[in-house]
Amino acid sequence: MNPVTGIFRARRFVQVAGAAVLASLGLAGCELPTGKDSEQLGYRGTGMEQVTNARTEAQRAAANQAPPSLDPVEPAGPLAGDLYDNVKVLGDLTITEFNRLMNAMTEWVSPEAGCNYCHVPGDFADENIYTKVVSRRMLEMTKAVNEQWEAHVGDTGVTCYTCHQGQPVPEYVWFDDPGPRQAGGMAASRRGQNLASSNAGSTSLPHDPFSPYLLGDREIRTIPTTMLPEGSNPGNIMDTEGTYSLMIHFSESLGVNCTYCHNTRSFVGWEGSPPQRTSAWHGIRMVRELNLDYLDPLQPVYPESQLGPHGDAPKAHCGTCHQGVNKPLYGASMLADYPELDKVRRVARAAMPAAEPVVASAVVQDAVEAAEAVEDMVDDDSE
Amino acid sequence: MAEYQNIFTQIQVQTVPESGVPLPAGSWPRTGTPVLQYWLGKIGNAQIGPIYLGTLGVASLLCGVIAFLVIGFNFWAQVNWDPLQFVRQLFWLGLEPPAPEYGLSIPPLAEGGWWLIAGFFLTTSLLLWWTRMYKRARALGMGTHVAWAFAAAIWLYLVLGFIRPVLMGSWAEAVPFGIFPHLDWTAAFSIKYGNLFYNPFHMLSIAFLYGATLLFAMHGATILAVGRYGGEREIEQITDRGTASERAALFWRWTMGFNATMESIHRWAWWFAVLCPLTGGIGILLTGTVVDNWYLWGVHHGIAPAYPEAFPAAIDPAMTQGAAP
Repeated sequence: MNPVTGIFRARRFVQVAGAAVLASLGLAGCELPTGKDSEQLGYRGTGMEQVTNARTEAQRAAANQAPPSLDPVEPAGPLAGDLYDNVKVLGDLTITEFNRLMNAMTEWVSPEAGCNYCHVPGDFADENIYTKVVSRRMLEMTKAVNEQWEAHVGDTGVTCYTCHQGQPVPEYVWFDDPGPRQAGGMAASRRGQNLASSNAGSTSLPHDPFSPYLLGDREIRTIPTTMLPEGSNPGNIMDTEGTYSLMIHFSESLGVNCTYCHNTRSFVGWEGSPPQRTSAWHGIRMVRELNLDYLDPLQPVYPESQLGPHGDAPKAHCGTCHQGVNKPLYGASMLADYPELDKVRRVARAAMPAAEPVVASAVVQDAVEAAEAVEDMVDDDSE
Repeated sequence: MAEYQNIFTQIQVQTVPESGVPLPAGSWPRTGTPVLQYWLGKIGNAQIGPIYLGTLGVASLLCGVIAFLVIGFNFWAQVNWDPLQFVRQLFWLGLEPPAPEYGLSIPPLAEGGWWLIAGFFLTTSLLLWWTRMYKRARALGMGTHVAWAFAAAIWLYLVLGFIRPVLMGSWAEAVPFGIFPHLDWTAAFSIKYGNLFYNPFHMLSIAFLYGATLLFAMHGATILAVGRYGGEREIEQITDRGTASERAALFWRWTMGFNATMESIHRWAWWFAVLCPLTGGIGILLTGTVVDNWYLWGVHHGIAPAYPEAFPAAIDPAMTQGAAP
């Protein structure tokens, strides 16, 4: 070999090797500035991890802080029910407690509009304002959640602020929404899916995971529980797509991955799944009950401006309370500071507007029917 | 040396276009006046056309266009003929197979009828195109390896859209047409049947998929590496000593002890590519028909190990409360 060429080759080799070492150091030393982080949740090598994004994490943390509590009061003075007219669910509160709760609710729900958001100015007993009727029912709902759904809300409980966070209407509610118009006729139907929708995390999965599962009681479990086909196969792939959409809603609403509740190897298997899954199971039943018993039946009370495009009442899903966080307000218990909410009297349902039972059941029926529209069409055709 | 370190072909032939050997009696004429295109010459042969369409080609294209239009117009109708929404939602729009209630019967057009029509024409188009490839290869005196490789892909397509749905007794088990819809279907299919990663034929299919890309990279790299000795001109190279071909073979013998031959490397590549959809199709075919939950199947056969518990296990409330799940 020519010695000069040899020197050049050696120098070239050093250059290439040096560049390679620098490049690998660069890759190992600093990750791309995406701010993504993953935390191991389960046994090593099983992919049980939670992926977080530092930027959105900071946004969520800032948006989900519990406000400072009002100064506590000693129960004193006469009962609100004896003192004021038309006090139906807060009658067992003393006047000090009553006033404190009214002040708190104003801050939680209508900090800008003030008392007049729910009261007729000058006559607090006047019933001719829909927001008062709704908020009375919401107080009962809050009590019901804290009293009956400990399996989901634990000792933390909920207050008005959990959902409202200073907004008269909680930021995350849902309405019946069939999506943009279709040509119809003999053209193929979208069948409630195949649209860009944030409900399903921008997938083409069914874009209404709410009415079938959180208002109706459509079967969520679609995975066979036996190794071989032995008749345990519940549902079909289209049902699975519906469940998948609901699960994406959970994930988006709580800011968690599938692994928050499920093990990576078998979504249907409970063994090896994190305990949060049990809590979520109760959450589904809770939201279903709140929609059926409290939110949907309020439909006749609302003015048209508060109703959805199809005239249905605003309803709750997981995001209504969770607002992107695995535990609402990062697990802060405001309820502990507001014993007044525990004194709410849940009145019989007969106290609801007279038209309610009929309309409510019709609305529920509509939602269930919408979810099963395909089946209905089949039935119609075969008759 | 530098001239070989380029993804483009360095030398291209620019001459009078070649119009091919005379066709046998009864053939259609070849279509199109051949032209030379410089930029295409950079990545392949510079000559475009003529093309032999024939009865099969025309019939296949016709069926393909019908399927394309049936799918496209149904997409468009789903956004009420709004051109902007059509473009915006294009990747999301889908043509769904009939609902499970219809089984294998023929549903109304709006309820899956168009899916059946589109599937019929697309399948016909593919089968006609396959026949055309087979016959063109025969007409050139070639083997029919390309047609059979294509048949492997058609096998997977037919398993997904026809054979398995028929065995399951429902068109609803088939794949929708649409960019995201068919991807979401794939994910839902895996979830529905207990995680397809535990399906051994899915494992084989992935092994052949990645194996095929590895082999392609190894072979492509080897031939380019001996391009300076004319390695791409295989036939002149095989019998002599010191040629590009021999260097390529010795490179692999001396780095890993074993080398393919100029002929066998192409059999390796062909089988890896073909076995990817063949094994994949078998895996799909067994899903739901023979095996209902692949994870449980994996546990039963010892391929899904038990791991130590890292947290208190979740309890199924439906079991403890006797409530409907």
